[in-house]
This record gives sequence, C-alpha cells and structure tokens, in this order.
Amino acid sequence: MNITQLLFWVLTVIAIGSALMIVTSKNPVYSVLGLIVTFFAISGHYILMNAQFLAIVNIIVYAGAIMVLFLFVIMLMNLSKATETLKNKWLQIVGAIAGSCLFLVLIAALKNTEVKQNLVEMGTGDIGLVKSLGRELFTTFVIPFEISSVLFLSAMIGSVVIGKKE
Amino acid sequence: MPINYYITLALCLFAIGVVGVLTRRNAIIVFMCVELMLNSVNLLLVAFSKMHHIAKGAAATAGTDGQLFVFFIMVVAAAEVSVGLAIIVMMYRNVHSININFLNRLKH
Amino acid sequence: MNNVLDIVYWIPLLPLLGCIINGLGRKSLSKGAIGVIGSGVILASFVLSLWAFFQVRAGNVHTAEYFPFINVGNLKIPFAFQIDQLSAIWLLVITGVGFLIHVYSTSYMHDEKPEHFGRYFAYLNLFVFSMLLLVMGANFVIMFIGWEGVGLCSYLLIGFWFKKKEYSKAANKAFIMNRIGDLAFLIALFMLINKLGTTTFSEIFTSASLAKLSGREITVITLLLFVGATGKSAQIPLYTWLPDAMAGPTPVSALIHAATMVTAGIYMIARANLLFSMAPATLNVIAIIGIATALLAATIALKQNDIKKVLAYSTVSQLGYMFLALGSGAYVAAVFHVMTHAFFKALLFLGSGSVIHAMGGEQDMRRMGGLSKYMKVTNITFLLGCLAIAGIPGFSGFFSKDEILAGAFAKSPVLYALGLLGALLTAFYMFRLYATTFKGNFRGTQEQEHHLHESPAAITVPLIVLAILSVVGGFVGVPGFIAQGAHALSDFLKPVFKDSYALLPAHEVSHSMEWTLAGVSSLLVIVVVVIAWSRFAKKPDLQPATGLGKVLENKWYVDELYDTIIVRPLNALGSFLSNVVDRKVVDGVVNGVGRLVSYGGRQLRWLQSGQTGSYILMMVLGMVLIFIVQFFLRK
Repeated sequence: MNITQLLFWVLTVIAIGSALMIVTSKNPVYSVLGLIVTFFAISGHYILMNAQFLAIVNIIVYAGAIMVLFLFVIMLMNLSKATETLKNKWLQIVGAIAGSCLFLVLIAALKNTEVKQNLVEMGTGDIGLVKSLGRELFTTFVIPFEISSVLFLSAMIGSVVIGKKE
Repeated sequence: MPINYYITLALCLFAIGVVGVLTRRNAIIVFMCVELMLNSVNLLLVAFSKMHHIAKGAAATAGTDGQLFVFFIMVVAAAEVSVGLAIIVMMYRNVHSININFLNRLKH
Repeated sequence: MNNVLDIVYWIPLLPLLGCIINGLGRKSLSKGAIGVIGSGVILASFVLSLWAFFQVRAGNVHTAEYFPFINVGNLKIPFAFQIDQLSAIWLLVITGVGFLIHVYSTSYMHDEKPEHFGRYFAYLNLFVFSMLLLVMGANFVIMFIGWEGVGLCSYLLIGFWFKKKEYSKAANKAFIMNRIGDLAFLIALFMLINKLGTTTFSEIFTSASLAKLSGREITVITLLLFVGATGKSAQIPLYTWLPDAMAGPTPVSALIHAATMVTAGIYMIARANLLFSMAPATLNVIAIIGIATALLAATIALKQNDIKKVLAYSTVSQLGYMFLALGSGAYVAAVFHVMTHAFFKALLFLGSGSVIHAMGGEQDMRRMGGLSKYMKVTNITFLLGCLAIAGIPGFSGFFSKDEILAGAFAKSPVLYALGLLGALLTAFYMFRLYATTFKGNFRGTQEQEHHLHESPAAITVPLIVLAILSVVGGFVGVPGFIAQGAHALSDFLKPVFKDSYALLPAHEVSHSMEWTLAGVSSLLVIVVVVIAWSRFAKKPDLQPATGLGKVLENKWYVDELYDTIIVRPLNALGSFLSNVVDRKVVDGVVNGVGRLVSYGGRQLRWLQSGQTGSYILMMVLGMVLIFIVQFFLRK
C-alpha cells in the first residue's frame, strides 16, 4: 500500500465518518462542523487527484463562505439547542431503509458495468491546474461564466429582498 | 485507484445525504444534507474527469470540462445557499420554528 | 335530360312552404290568411298534379333526379321523383281530396284559437308534403322519408287536442303501432340494399335485378314490406290504432285515416308489384290477412255506436278489401278501390263531421236521429256516400268492389264468398248508421235540437263535390263485361303492372260468370240495404248489446287481448328492468364504482400528508424503483 492509497483510505474514512455525524448529531452546530470536515476531506481527495484549483475553491467557497453562513444563521437564531421535536420513529426507519435501498441498488448496478476497473489518474496530470482550467474557462465556457455572474447578482438581490424585515 | 472506489465513496456520501433529508426535520440540517449530496456528485465528477484524462491518452484538455462543471455547480450552490438561508430566516421569523413538518400547508 | 316534368318538385314544395308560413306565422296571421294560404298551396299543387297527370297520359313518364342524397361507397341514392301512371293517380287523389278537406277545415276548425288554427293547417300541409314525397319518391329511401313523415303528421294531428289525455294516448298508440310496421319496412329496405345495392324502383324492378334474389329472399323481403304496409294501412294485427285515431279532428280522419295515408301501404305494394308477383306465398298471406281484416272490422262496425268509430272500422274493412285485391293479383282493382274509397270515405267522414259540428260535438248515434229534416245537403250527400260504399250498381263503389270480388273469385271462390259476406256486412252497418242518424225522431237534448242547423258553404261545397265524385268516379273503370274497352283506368295503369301480369297465372273469368257474380252481389246488397233500413229507420237499437253483440261492441276484445299479451308483459318487463336491473344492477355498478373511487381516495388521502418529508420519501422510493427497472429489468 503506497502513500497515495493510504491517504485515500484515510480521507475516505474521515469523509464518511463526518458525513454520518451530520446526519446523527442532535446539535446543529456539530452537524455544521461535520459538514466542514467532510468538505475538507473531499478537498483532500481533489488534491490526491491533482485537481488543485477545485480543492482550493472548495475550501474557500464551501468550507469558508457557505459554512460560515450556516453557522451565522444557526447562531444568530440561537438554534444550537436541540430543538427538534420528537419525530415519528417509523418514518425515520423507513427513510433510512429507503436511502440504503438507493445505495444498494446503485452499487448493484455498478457491479455490472465495464468501466469499473478503469484507473483514475492520481497525483499527476495538469488538467486540474489553474492554468489549463482558466484557459478553458475563458475561451469555451466564457458565456456560462458571464451568465453565472448574473445568477449571483439575482441571488444576492433575492436574498436581500427575502431577508428584509417588513 | 480504480474508478469504482470513487464511485462507491460518492454513492455512500450521497446515500447518507438522502437518509439525512428523509429523517431530519430541522430545515438547516436538511439543507446541509443537500449540500453533502451535491459535493458527493462533485467528487464523482472530478474522479471521472481524471479517469477520462488517461482514457484519452493524457491529451492536453481531455477532462477539463468535467472539472469546470464542478466549478459551475459550486457557483450555483453558493447562490442557492444564499437564497435558501434567506428563506429559512424568513420562515423562522414568521413561525418561530424551522421544523419542516410545521410547514404542512401543502395539504390545504 | 330536360323534361317538362322536372318542375314537379313544386308539387311537394308548395305544401311545405305553406307549412312553414303557417307554422311560423300562426301567432301573427289572421285565420282567414291561414286558411287561404293553407288551402291555396294545395290547390296550386292540385293544378300542377293535374298538369302532370295529363303529361303522363300523353305518354311522358319521367324520373326527375335533383341531387345525390346519400352517396356511401357503392350505394348511391339520388333525391329523385318518379312521375308515372301510378304516382300520377295518387297525386290527384292526395291533392284533390286534400284541397277539399282543407277548404272544409277552414270552417270546421273555425272555433279554434288562431295559433291552434295555424298549427292545424301547418300540420295538415306538412302531411300533404310528406304524402306527396312518399308517392313521388323514385326510390325506397325517399318513399321512406315520406312514410315516416306521414306517420309523424298522423301522430301530431291525432293528438291535436293534446290537452285531453286519452287523445294523446291514442296518438301514441298510432305512432307506436306504425313504428312496428316501419321497422319491418326498414329491414326490408336494408335487405334490398344489401342484396341489390340500390333502392331505386326502376333499377330494382327489372327481371335482371330480381334474378339476383333467391325465392326465399324475395318472400322474406315482400313479407317484411307487407308488415310495413299492415302498420300504415291498419291491417291485422296492427289495425287497432286506426279506430282510436278518430280522436283527431274529423277532417283529419277524412284526409289521413281514410283517403290518403292509410292507402300508403297499398301504394307501396302496388309500386313493388313485380316483387310481390314473384312471391306467391306472400300474395296468399296478403289475401288472407286482407279478407280477415275486412270481415273482422266489418263485424265490429256492426255494433259500434260512435259515428266516427263505425266509419273507422269501415275504413279498416275497406282497406282489407284492397289488400284482398292485391293478394289476388288484381292490382288495378286495388288502385281503383283506393280512388273510389278516397272519394266516398272522405265524403262520409266529412258528412259525419258536419253532423258532429251541428250536434255540438256529440258523436254518439243513439243521441241523434231524424237529422235529415235539419241538414238537407249533408243528408243527401251522406246517403250518396252510403250507397257508394255499399256497392249499389251505378255508384263508384260498385265498380271497384265488383272488380275486387271478381279478382278474388279468380283466385279462389272461398275468398269470393267471404268477400261478398264482407260487402253485405258493409251495406248493413252503413245503412244502420245512416238510418240511425238521419231517420226516425231526434233523441238528443232540447238544447241540441235548438242548435241544429245546416253547415256553412265551406263544409257543404266539398261534400257536394265529393258526392258527385262518389257517384261518377266509378265510370273510369267500367268493367269489360259491361262495355268492352271502357276500363280507362286499367288501360292507363297497364304500363305499371304489365310485368306482373306476365308472371301471374291468368285466371280468366268468363263474361257470363262475371255477370252472374255482379248480379248476385248487387241483388244481395240491395236486399241487405232494405233490411237494414226497415230495421233501424223506425226504432234504432238503443239497448245495451248482449251476447255476441257485446263481443262485437267491444271489438272482439282485441285491444284487451293486446293489452294482456303484449302491453302488460312489456310493462312488467319494463318495470322489472327499471326497478331491478336499473336500480340494483346498473345503479349498483355505477354507485359501486363511485364508492370504490371515493373509498380509494379516502385511503390514498393519507399519502397526501402535506409534509415535505413524506413527499421526498416518495420521490426517493420512486427513484429506487426507476433505477431497478432501468438497471435490472430492462434487457
């Protein structure tokens, strides 16, 4: 087992463990922390695959901006207490079963595919670097890129309008 | 690493997200589970992009669009989160709860 | 292609226009205007018919085709009118007698309110239109339109005073009875279309075309057509509607239920004579039904006390005679009798109408008597009509009836004997009617006696015209044994029936035999007339009938029989279907479906909790299902 594989497994365990923490923890603040850890683990995976740009963006945008937003909301509204009412046990079990069914079905489907042994390039390859992605982004995808700025603008206006007190 | 490891990991995270959405009633946690699902898809997209890159003989730009797609998903997710959180704040302000079952007005 | 007869479409069109004008303007037009329009269009039609008749007499027989009426695949039914010898005679009878009756109606119906007066004339014009369509149609389909049209008008006019319940019931009865016959007619029509692919008379009635039909098919088709005719022409077993149809105004009875509509069946058989001549079995059936109807109706007429009922049964009986003639293959005699019967029966009905009018609506003969003193014209014309129908030598009825009897004798002496019996019965009940009504002393109330008067000219003039026709009408058909070659009608109609004559076995009756037959029948009729006169002139039978008389008075209980064997079981079936099958089974199924849906809805309602969580759960389960199907079940 070389160092790449070792790192893969470590990151995988961290990701899944913290993901489970999101779902199971009673306190929303722990859930947020779990999600941040998951994002960091996923960013680690990106780095393993030499997708440096996405790894950085993921940390800045998700773990940084978005999760801070979540934390702000939780703390500002003082939701950190376990306010969740007692919910229907049956519905929880059914939900869990449904989710695992989905997982099993997709895994079972994976068994029949031919691509499953294809290798993923680890550690090398420069497509994930800022230079190549940037060139591609500002040539081929320049219009979607510009439109996404419009999307941001409208999201901004929208959140301001919604969040404004009457 | 073979691609099926990544697929399994992504599926695992995705399923955890689904279970979270189905079982939790706290709107913020449901929202976070949605983000988790999005991220599992992002991970899978990057893995496929790298797989594609060697499958095409490590050509210069093969697989870049997969990673750019992830970038755009992040863009959309950021916008979505800002609006979604604004809605949750609004909802809390009006009904003093963020329990999604409290909002069963769809029945009427 | 251009033929002067192409304009015959005006003959039916004019009454239709009259109907539309009178029908739409019944509230705004004055009675005088309605009467003039109603009668005027018929007069114009009559003039045109007369012109057409002379064209035909000059040898111009024409089928005028106007436009394609039904074009379906190979079936082509044009809207066409056929003017030939047969239809020309009917045209004259319909428009001629029709005109007189319209004129008569202007006076008879004068007490009605203007809108009802207009409605009456609209119906009457519509009837004439339909009847003309029936007669002029060049194929069975056009004929059927008219056939249904006259049925409808008959219904409307019988139920003219629809506020009286029994009148509208009589109208329903007539309509339903007619429908039975119409159905048979329709089936025959479909069979003809199926086998021959055409309904046009000139195409069906050719030997080449008829050769396509097997003997059995011809028999079935002709029997069905005959069933249709029994409905319209009131023969056994569908005759009971006609006496009830007397609920309508008297001129209607005269026009529809004596002179024209009821002869539609005879017209149809005469038109299809070649077909019928090829089916000897059917001809036998027709003859037997005809004579049976003639005798049955005549016996019933013996004991009726309602003046119109007597005439109604007499009509049924005379129609039976016509069918006897048709069944014997004596088509000309049947047509001849239709014509003379139209004259004298219309006369008798109109005369009875005049009497009823004078009596203030009274129809029971037992309350009349001695009317000859008060109503001179009506009395004399009525007497002439009675003489004509009884068959006194020299009057029209004599010639036509004698010809029928001769034809029956040629077929079978038994038929002749029965026919003669029927003729004697006819003479007897007609003079019973006449003597009871016009002779003896008046038996009504003082008030009625005070009110008695002769009817106005609009009533008496048609009576006089019809009386003259009843007397002289027979001379168009003077039989060969009296004067060779004097039978103008027979010569005129020869082209229509010549193919049939070639088919039918020739029964030549010698002149001496005919003299004997005519002499015997005349002598017996005169004797019967004298007996009836002497019996009823002084003291009419006012006692309630007993024994056989009671059976006759109650019309052999045929209505009751029908009621028991057909109407009641049908009603029972209907109520069974409505109470059990409809309420329990059909409603049960319908309600069950409704209940099932609402039950299922109530159960499924729980799925719609309105909670987002459950909807997402459903969505995930759906996704799982789709994945399963997509990945594992699809090959």
